[in-house]
Amino acid sequence: MRNVFAAAWLIARKDLAIEFRTRSAFTASLIFALLGIVIFYFAWDSTAVASVDLAPGVLWVIFTFAGLLGLHRSFGVEQEERAIDALLAAPIERESIFIGKALANLVFVAGVQVVAIPAVGMFYNLPLGRVAPALFTVAFLAAVGLVVIGTLFSAMASNTRLAEILLPMLALPFFVPIVIPAAQATAKLLSGRPIGEALPWLKLLAAFDIVFIVACTLAFPFTIED
Amino acid sequence: MKVSRLSIVAILAGLAALVRVVFFTPFEAIQGPAQKIFYVHVSAAWCAFLAFGLVGLLSALYLWMRDEKLDRLAESAAEVGTVFTTIVLITGPLWAKPVWGTYWTWDARLTLTLFLWFIFVAYIILRGAVDDRALRSRYSAVLGILGALLVPFIHLSVYMFRTLHPKPIVAKPERPSLPNEMLVTLAVCVVAALIILGALLRARYNYANLRDAEIDSGGAHA
Amino acid sequence: MFGPNGAGKTTLLRLLGGLLKPDDGSVTLAASKLGEHMILRAKIGLVSHRTMLYPALTALENLEFAAKLYGTSDAERAARRALERLRVEQVNVPVRLLSRGMQQRVSIARAVVNSPLLLLADEPYSGLDESGAQALTTVLRELKSDGAALVLVTHQLNEGLEIADNVAVMIDGAFARYQSSTDVSRSEYAAQYRDMVTASA
Repeated sequence: MRNVFAAAWLIARKDLAIEFRTRSAFTASLIFALLGIVIFYFAWDSTAVASVDLAPGVLWVIFTFAGLLGLHRSFGVEQEERAIDALLAAPIERESIFIGKALANLVFVAGVQVVAIPAVGMFYNLPLGRVAPALFTVAFLAAVGLVVIGTLFSAMASNTRLAEILLPMLALPFFVPIVIPAAQATAKLLSGRPIGEALPWLKLLAAFDIVFIVACTLAFPFTIED
Repeated sequence: MKVSRLSIVAILAGLAALVRVVFFTPFEAIQGPAQKIFYVHVSAAWCAFLAFGLVGLLSALYLWMRDEKLDRLAESAAEVGTVFTTIVLITGPLWAKPVWGTYWTWDARLTLTLFLWFIFVAYIILRGAVDDRALRSRYSAVLGILGALLVPFIHLSVYMFRTLHPKPIVAKPERPSLPNEMLVTLAVCVVAALIILGALLRARYNYANLRDAEIDSGGAHA
Repeated sequence: MFGPNGAGKTTLLRLLGGLLKPDDGSVTLAASKLGEHMILRAKIGLVSHRTMLYPALTALENLEFAAKLYGTSDAERAARRALERLRVEQVNVPVRLLSRGMQQRVSIARAVVNSPLLLLADEPYSGLDESGAQALTTVLRELKSDGAALVLVTHQLNEGLEIADNVAVMIDGAFARYQSSTDVSRSEYAAQYRDMVTASA
């Protein structure tokens, strides 16, 4: 069991090293997120809609699509020169590959969040300070769900003829039960409601995470050649 | 072209159900003729959900037993299910507009049906995007199972979204208890729809069998 | 192992490497069934058509990663040694910037970084220049003298006959011919091979 996670960590570090070297996907996702913040602001009538009401939706639409942008590459780098074959031939469990890939993607999505949440706070003039810890808990729980689903479907999509076109079609229906609770909880927190009101949503997110971490880890070996 | 006995029965059952709906069922007092869509709508919805359940079940069985027949049956159920889901999504707004005053409301059942359709369509597109047959079977089985796991989460999150939110002004869909006559018509329609589902499923499954057999024999025939 | 395109050579190698599960039957190596023992997989090296490298990482990083995956204790040293054996000098340059032949050398170095006891090589000579081919032949000979088994798929009859103890011709998914390489004369074998391939096409 320890070896499963040691190998997973090795793969995650390798993925992050590649990302750090090229920085292409992270920069793209970040710029995408910032542009999204700007576009959404002007797409709404700010005299009719208060920014506090607008912000949760903006945040979660941005994270969903910025996440997709990065997830494309997750298995793209493995397919490029068929490095995935080397991983499959190596003396490691298939689950390690999935966990490692998902860990790297989690760091990626969390990285986007760490920049985008304060950015939304600044541009939309939100009272972030007090609710920041609770908000980041919501963000983390949601990121876990986005990442396990996205990693699994990235493995599948990268191996098909449609590749990047297919990923959003597969993943977005699964993102909806993440985005609904995350956006609702964010809205409760930002409008200064007691944390107890956001709690049912947090529980739903946690339940989703648990079910799909197990399901996706078990399903992953079926999605690679055997 | 050979028409199977089941297909003939299905066509007759469908016609009989329609005749009963149109000519032998009274108008609903408040909703008038529009309510007659209800019979088609509800029976199609039953078939759509049944087909979705079948895809999930057959997917799990396929990964367990690795029998190609199960995969072909799942493929057939998904396609037939898409047809029924599409019917539900078209008849729903047609019925809702005169009755509720709006085409669409984001209640749990409607939203769920919409998502069944999204997943069905993704399933079919995924199948079309993989050339290797074994790989295609495994990919679609994984999606079938995850889709089945997704249903309770969609239902729950939309349900919570509605209940923890201010209620919309639009009338809530509330099913009045039906008088006997209408209940019989509904039962006739559901049975007819199930027979049609069975006939379509079998025809589609036969086609999948023939197609794969032809690929196996190496015959190049479009 | 020789054979025309599409004969099933690559599929056989992928089966041996554990990348494919057999539809029927099993792969037995050193009296153990493949897939049951991780230890067995740790002793296999693989060279394929594709380099199986990460283009954004340097040759050294690629090999260190591979060595760690195989649980090598001193990964950096193993990586440097393998690169030296294949005469790769630009170890700190992203693989993407290396020439195709040089990438192939790095790929072979990756396959031998775990000192495999079984090396599966799918056309390892393709894309190599004179010096690369020499380095490869030397490495293959060294592995052999260390007691490793080699399974080599190639279209170059000469190289194959020189290194291999046993040679096979694969046609339509089966060995059409299998014999010790000492029993054959090269020119005769080449002529017969051409006839077999033409007959099967």
